[in-house]
Amino acid sequence: MQYTLMFYLDADEFEARTDPARKEAFWAAFMPYAKALFNAGIVVGSAGLAPPSKATTIRHDHGQRQVQDGPFALTKEQLGGFFIIDVPDLETALEWAARYPAGPGGAVEVRPNLPAMVR
Amino acid sequence: MLDDARAAAARAARESYGRLLAFLSARSRDVAAVEDALAEAFRNALDGWPEQGVPREPEAWLLTAARRRLSDQRRHERVRDEAASALLLAAQAAQDCAAEGAAFPDDRLKLLFICAHPAIDAGARTPLMLQTVLGLDAARIASAFLVRPSTMGQRLSRAKAKIRDARIPFQVPEAKELPARLDAVLEAIYAAYGRGWDDLAGLDPQVTGLTEEAIQLGRMLVQLAPHEPEVLGLLALMLHCEARYAARRDASGAYVPLMQQDTSRWSLSAIDEAESLLRQAWAVGQVGRFQLEAAIQSAHASGARAGRTDWESIALLYEGLVTLSPSIGALVGRAAAMGEARGAQAGWHLLEAIPRAAVANYQPYWAVAAHLLKAQGLVEQAREAYELAIGLCEEPGTREFLRRQRP
Repeated sequence: MQYTLMFYLDADEFEARTDPARKEAFWAAFMPYAKALFNAGIVVGSAGLAPPSKATTIRHDHGQRQVQDGPFALTKEQLGGFFIIDVPDLETALEWAARYPAGPGGAVEVRPNLPAMVR
Repeated sequence: MLDDARAAAARAARESYGRLLAFLSARSRDVAAVEDALAEAFRNALDGWPEQGVPREPEAWLLTAARRRLSDQRRHERVRDEAASALLLAAQAAQDCAAEGAAFPDDRLKLLFICAHPAIDAGARTPLMLQTVLGLDAARIASAFLVRPSTMGQRLSRAKAKIRDARIPFQVPEAKELPARLDAVLEAIYAAYGRGWDDLAGLDPQVTGLTEEAIQLGRMLVQLAPHEPEVLGLLALMLHCEARYAARRDASGAYVPLMQQDTSRWSLSAIDEAESLLRQAWAVGQVGRFQLEAAIQSAHASGARAGRTDWESIALLYEGLVTLSPSIGALVGRAAAMGEARGAQAGWHLLEAIPRAAVANYQPYWAVAAHLLKAQGLVEQAREAYELAIGLCEEPGTREFLRRQRP
């Protein structure tokens, strides 16, 4: 069963990923986690995402197309990256989610993936 | 001090709730219906008693409030008639013994055995205990056990339906099946403690885990079955761990290993109580898993206080534990103790012998492996192991500690 672990970061943590003074500490916390996931042989896919300021959103509003700077939803925490993992059940997926070294105010959302479509 | 009084009142509310729920359930067999009937009264007690004080007869107070509600409900035919009748009858019986001035009968031991009954799904046993005996809400239990709250709710409802429909008898098991059944009860209580211990250090100081609740259950069990050595052993074990609660973190919240703890921050009263329980248990002359684990903690406690730990004895106790119940935790613990007693290489040999598949994502294994590899001067391998131990860790304080240890 595939699940997606989605990591939500606040603005400060987005900054911590690239800020020269803080990035070492950020990645020192994150890399072992990623390594443990890969080591377990469960990773199907993953990506780290650029901050929401780099996002472009195309909205379809009653046939009207509108292109916007910024993310779809303006929430305090934004999606910062994800892992798609293949594990037997939700319980195992939650175990992996709980290991994520979240910053203060951070969160992980776990969602089951829909079964793959016929290609 | 005021906080202590409030906590005591909340504890009294939980105590009375558990007793009443056990008494009523033992007679109606419908735990869910009893919970419904008591829910409002219990909520009022939890809110009200810390302010107004604990009533003189707490069970009678809850019962009166619950009966009133039941009669109302029945008038409106919102409850199944059969369940309501059984409940009201049970409530009458309870009222009678309160009127006679007799001590309120304690059926909680029966309830504990029901919760850990073989017919109940193993994953539901501890949550069921916490919910029925202590009145914890499902959301809190779900968070502690890392389960989706709706799933936890379903799991608990299923277990209660099973008790009702399979007519699982509310009784203390007979002598010949008692040890196995008691074991399941002890396991379930210890699982609550373990969960509490794991998330002990969460960043949120409000999250204290379930250690206190587990100890409350352990005390209850000692009261109800005071001659069972494993019951004494389990409480001794939990109290030994709890005694070091304050010393396990430094001011910044980072994890402090046992050997470096400031022993003046340990709770001596908890240690004394644990030691006395353990002596009583040993005197019975029937060794068991929890007594051995408590003895290991006891040896750690006296060793750290004396400044010299008797690792040979600890390794020997682990040897006994592995023989008795060879869990992964016991195997890893034995390797760690052997590493201290006979050197890192000896510990590493034991660790290597554990099948890799069983420990691939087991954090304590990698933490011990990292330590033993570093002690052997195998820097590269040690780094790898530290990386995994950190990556598999759920807990920021421990993560930080391991990061500082990494060569």
